[in-house]
Amino acid sequence: MSRELQIVLAGFGGQGVLFAGKVMAYAGLIENRELSWLPSYGPEMRGGTANCSVTLSDEPIGSPLVTTPDVLVAMNQPSFDKFIDVVREGGVVIADTDMVPELKEREGVKVVGVPATSLAEEAGLKGLGNIVLLGKLWAETQFCERATVDAAIEKCVPPRKAALIDKNKQAISLGIEA
Amino acid sequence: MKGNEALAESAMRAGCRFFFGYPITPQTELAAYMSKRMPKVGGTYLQAESEVAAINMVYGAAAAGARVMTSSSSPGVSLKGEGVSYMAGADLPGVIINIQRGGPGLGGIQPSQSDYWQATRALGHGDFHIPVYAPSTVQEMADLAYGAFDVADKYRTPVMILGDGMLGQMMEPVVLPEPVDPATLPEKPWATTGHAHQRPHNVINSLYLTADELEKLNVERYERYAVIEREEQRAETYLTEDADVVVVAFGAASRVARSAVNAARERGVKAGLLRPVTLWPFPVVALEATIPTAKVYLSVEMNMGQMVDDVRLAVNGRAPVDFYGRTGGVIPTPDEVLERICALSEKVGE
Repeated sequence: MSRELQIVLAGFGGQGVLFAGKVMAYAGLIENRELSWLPSYGPEMRGGTANCSVTLSDEPIGSPLVTTPDVLVAMNQPSFDKFIDVVREGGVVIADTDMVPELKEREGVKVVGVPATSLAEEAGLKGLGNIVLLGKLWAETQFCERATVDAAIEKCVPPRKAALIDKNKQAISLGIEA
Repeated sequence: MKGNEALAESAMRAGCRFFFGYPITPQTELAAYMSKRMPKVGGTYLQAESEVAAINMVYGAAAAGARVMTSSSSPGVSLKGEGVSYMAGADLPGVIINIQRGGPGLGGIQPSQSDYWQATRALGHGDFHIPVYAPSTVQEMADLAYGAFDVADKYRTPVMILGDGMLGQMMEPVVLPEPVDPATLPEKPWATTGHAHQRPHNVINSLYLTADELEKLNVERYERYAVIEREEQRAETYLTEDADVVVVAFGAASRVARSAVNAARERGVKAGLLRPVTLWPFPVVALEATIPTAKVYLSVEMNMGQMVDDVRLAVNGRAPVDFYGRTGGVIPTPDEVLERICALSEKVGE
């Protein structure tokens, strides 16, 4: 994959959008690619919406702030509504349909709904809806080698929470199959 | 690694063993990282009661010959201004980090470059300059912080790293520099380390009541500044060899500008980027090299137009100089900058 992929992940604070973005960033790091990860910070994050911009590229990255994403991951309705119209033509939107009840179609953009929160809960992976969506994102874009996703999870989950590593990996598989 | 963390880790690797700070968004991760790591390398991390206290602790540690650093964000840096002036007056080396946010006043907490004037013109009262470095990537945050301590010691001056909230908060891959053992650093014979009856007293002071004496010291210091202006200018040029439109931008704004320059080239517009790495001294030599092809300059900044003054001084009327900026914490988009580049290109092409 030679082109640049720009992603915005957005949701409520606490849903893990920054973490899911971090896993993508580490996947880029493992594959020795250029990457940037830029979080929103400040009042936006406290109790409100959080988002992060991730860019994976083979060239040095210009602005790390993604304004026209190739991929949008939306974990709540306000984030979906805020970003749907700026997604690049030919881009993909992955939305958690448990949290985004009103999916809007847009011409030239593929909108994929996954009930990620409930899928995760039913599989005993409560709170890992973010990672289920990340699995779906991988299925749609193959932003890295499949094995790299698991390796990135191992980098991002602290060793003292080792039990969570397997759960995160399961959530990825769940998302890919969803 | 986050930019703020890269600054902290790299400073310790440069032999910095004293950090005095006070929390403020968006630089807090730097102090947090220092608080965890500094004790492990045998150094001192201290959260002072205020920014004023922190900079005066920096003065003290620097006077004793240590490699020392403080960090803050815009309003906090204003508070440090007095102390930096005293350090300059006493010829004390130290590193000051400013992870800028929107101003004036308490302003906002989103990324900004509104302290360019403050950093390059008037960080404190008196006749003085300090070298100012403007990183544009997390890697450069690490590299410039590391090198800043050498420059500070070499010229006996405070040095500033001028970042912003975007660079501080973002993560990028970074290769960290090799750790230096502070014990192996060159001696500072002027430092107040105790004379043990073996040598005369060393005095660190910035008060000189005799006008002639103070004038002589200021003139000597400006001779040192002349060396810095000659030896330490740094800049990166990108696609400027044949550029009609030369965009000048530093730090986070230069990232946006680079994207815009690439997009302009795709449209057949001969655009290039001059990115000052040192803001003082301003890289006039690198700018001079762009004069032969440049039909117009465009300064792109995250403020109302500050560096554009230095661009105008360096261009000195030989080409028009335009400005595009966003302020208050708004980050310009590559499309906005591209639009301005294309408009300028059309105008000068006529």
